Amino acid sequence: MGYVAVKGGIEAIENACRLFAWERSKGTSEPLTTNQIRDQLYLAVDRVMGEGSLYAPDLAALALKQAAGDSSEASFMLRAYRATQPRLAYSLPATTEEMRIVRRISSAFKDIPGGQMLGATSDYTLRLLDFELLNDDAARREAFRKKIFSSLPSDVEIPETFPKVIDILRREGLLADSLPVGAAAEPFDITRQSLAFPAPRSAVLQSLARGETGGLLTLAYSSMRGYGNIHPTLGELRVGYVPLRVAHPVTGKPYTVGEVKVTEAEVLARFEGTDGMPRFSLGYGLCFGQNELKAISMAVLDRTTRTDRPTCPAEDQEYVLYHTDGIEAMGFCNHWKLPHYVDFLSDLDRLRKAQEIARMEDCHVAE
Amino acid sequence: MLLNEWLDQETQQAGGYPYGFMDDGAKKDIRRCLLKAVAIPGYQVPYGSREMPIARGWGTGGIQITLSLITPDDILKVIDQGCDGSVNAVNIKKFIQEVAGVEITNDTPAATVIQTRHRIPEEPMSAAQILVLQVPYPEALREVEASEAETRRMHAEADYSRMWLHLYEDIVNYGEITISYRYPVTVNGRYIMDPSPIPRWDVPKLHMADTLFLFGAGREKRIYAIPPYTRVEPLEFEDHTFRVEDFSGKSCARCGAADTFLDEVIDNAGGGRSYFCSDSGYCDKRAAQWNH
Repeated sequence: MGYVAVKGGIEAIENACRLFAWERSKGTSEPLTTNQIRDQLYLAVDRVMGEGSLYAPDLAALALKQAAGDSSEASFMLRAYRATQPRLAYSLPATTEEMRIVRRISSAFKDIPGGQMLGATSDYTLRLLDFELLNDDAARREAFRKKIFSSLPSDVEIPETFPKVIDILRREGLLADSLPVGAAAEPFDITRQSLAFPAPRSAVLQSLARGETGGLLTLAYSSMRGYGNIHPTLGELRVGYVPLRVAHPVTGKPYTVGEVKVTEAEVLARFEGTDGMPRFSLGYGLCFGQNELKAISMAVLDRTTRTDRPTCPAEDQEYVLYHTDGIEAMGFCNHWKLPHYVDFLSDLDRLRKAQEIARMEDCHVAE
Repeated sequence: MLLNEWLDQETQQAGGYPYGFMDDGAKKDIRRCLLKAVAIPGYQVPYGSREMPIARGWGTGGIQITLSLITPDDILKVIDQGCDGSVNAVNIKKFIQEVAGVEITNDTPAATVIQTRHRIPEEPMSAAQILVLQVPYPEALREVEASEAETRRMHAEADYSRMWLHLYEDIVNYGEITISYRYPVTVNGRYIMDPSPIPRWDVPKLHMADTLFLFGAGREKRIYAIPPYTRVEPLEFEDHTFRVEDFSGKSCARCGAADTFLDEVIDNAGGGRSYFCSDSGYCDKRAAQWNH
C-alpha cells in the first residue's frame, strides 16, 4: 500500500495536461487557424467575448482553439487574461442610435420607421443538415459568392442610422420614462467592487451582460413559461457596430477609439405606474457580438428583477445575479473533482458518532 | 528589500504577465481590503475579486491574497487537504512560481507564506508567518439563511439567534451537533465566522495564535482575517461542548504519529482500513527521522 496522496502527483498532472494538448492535435486533419475560427465560427467567438467580458475577437478565437471548442473554458481563459490588464479609463456613454446596423427587427409593429432589416440570421432556415458543406472548398465558395453578388440590386440606399422603436412609444406616453442614471458620474464597476443588494442597475446590467447564455436563458424562460408574470414583447432587437469613445485625458475631448459589435434587445412588459397610469416598462439587454438569445434573456431578466416583491427565482435579483455567471458556476462545479478526503473523514466521524447515539437509543427503547 | 528594488523587480515581466499576474492596481486594492479585514477580525470585507487562470472554487481567493502579498524573497508552501503533492497544490505552486518567482518548500517552519485548502499544518506556526486559507463559502450563516442581503443584516446586528437554534435542533435530532468541518466560530467575541472547511481538529489552532490568518473567497468576493492573539471560540453549549474528531487508538501507519489528523485509507477490496497523517510535510519529516 503506497502513500498515494503524496507520491506521483506532479508527474501525473503534467502528463494529463500534455495528453489534453495531444488529443487536440493527434488527428490527421489540417491544424485549425485562429483566423478560421474568428471568421467561420464567429458566433462562438461572439459568445466567448460576451461571457469572458473582453472584446477581443482574435484572443477569443485563440481561446476556443486552445480549449478544443469548449466555450465555457474559452470564456474562462479570456476572463483570466482580462484580470492582467489595467483599468485605463471608462468609455463615454454610447448610444445605440448611432449603431451601424446589420440586423434590426421589431415584433411589436409590422412596419417600423426605417423598416425591418432581417440581416444575417438562421431564424428562418429549416434546420436541415446541408450535406453540401461536407465538401466545402475554395471553388465552391467562389461559385457561391458569384451567385450572391450577381443578383444584388445596386441602387438601394441604406440609411446611416435608424430611429428607435421605443422612442416612438415613449413620445406617446405609452412607455415609462427611462430610469434615472443616479447621482454617480461613474457606473458601479463589478470588476472592482463586489455586488451588494439591492444592486444598482448599472451593476445588474453589467452582471447580466457577462452572464452565461444558457444560465440567462434558463431563468428568463422560467419566467416566460410560468414561474413569473412577465409577458414580453420584443420592442426592438438590433445587431450592429457601435462607436466607442473615450475622453482625452488632458483635453477631455471625446475620441473614437474603435467600434464594438453588439446585440441589443428592448422588451416591453405592462405595468402600473406610480401615478396610477398604466404604461409599458422596458427591459434592456445588451451584449458583445451577435447573441440574440442572450440579449433577449437579459432584457427579460432586467425587467423581472425590478419587481418589488419577488415571487419566483427569476424575479429575485440576488438569485439571478449570483447564479448566472458561467465562469464562477463552472469553476465551482468542477471543484468537486478535487480531493475532499479531510472533509469526508470529518463527516464520517460525525456520522459514526450519530449512529452510535442512535443505536444506544434503540437499546433503551428495546428495554 | 528596498521599495525601489522591489518596484524594479515588479516591472520584470513573467512570461508576458505582470509580476504577481494581477495588475498593480488590483494588488493594491486587495492589500487595502486585507488591512480592513485585520482591523475588524472575523468581518467579511467585500472586494473586487479578479479572475485567476485557475478556476473559481479552486482557491482563487487564496491565490489573490498570496499574489498581492508575495515578494521574491518569500518562501512559499502550498497544501491541499494537508498534502504538498496534491493535484491542486501542485498546480497553484507552479502558477505562483511562474508569475512571482518564489522559492517553494514543503517544510512548515521554513515557509514565510503558506497557502492552504482545508487544513492548518500540524507544526505550530510563528508570528513571522502568514497562513492564507482558501474559502469556498465565506458565510457561516448560509446554512440558516440563503440571502446575502439578509445575512449581512444579521451580522451587522449580531443577530445570531437562528444559528444557535440550528445547533439546538441538531442536538434534538441527533443527540449531538453534527457539523463536521467548517465549524462556525465566534471571533473576538463579535462576528460568527466560517473558518473554511478545516476539520474541527484544526479549529483550536486559530485561538490566540501567534500567526496571522487570512481568508480569501474568490468566487464569493470576500476577504476576512484573524489577527494574532485573537479569541476564536467554536459555537457550543455548556452541556454539549465542541469536540474534535476522534482518533483514539489510531496512529499513522507510516510515521507512527498518534497526535495528528489522520486520513483513513481503504486498503483492499475487503474494506481493511489504515491511517496516515493528513499533513504530508510533517509526516515526511517524521518518517525521515525514523529511518535514520
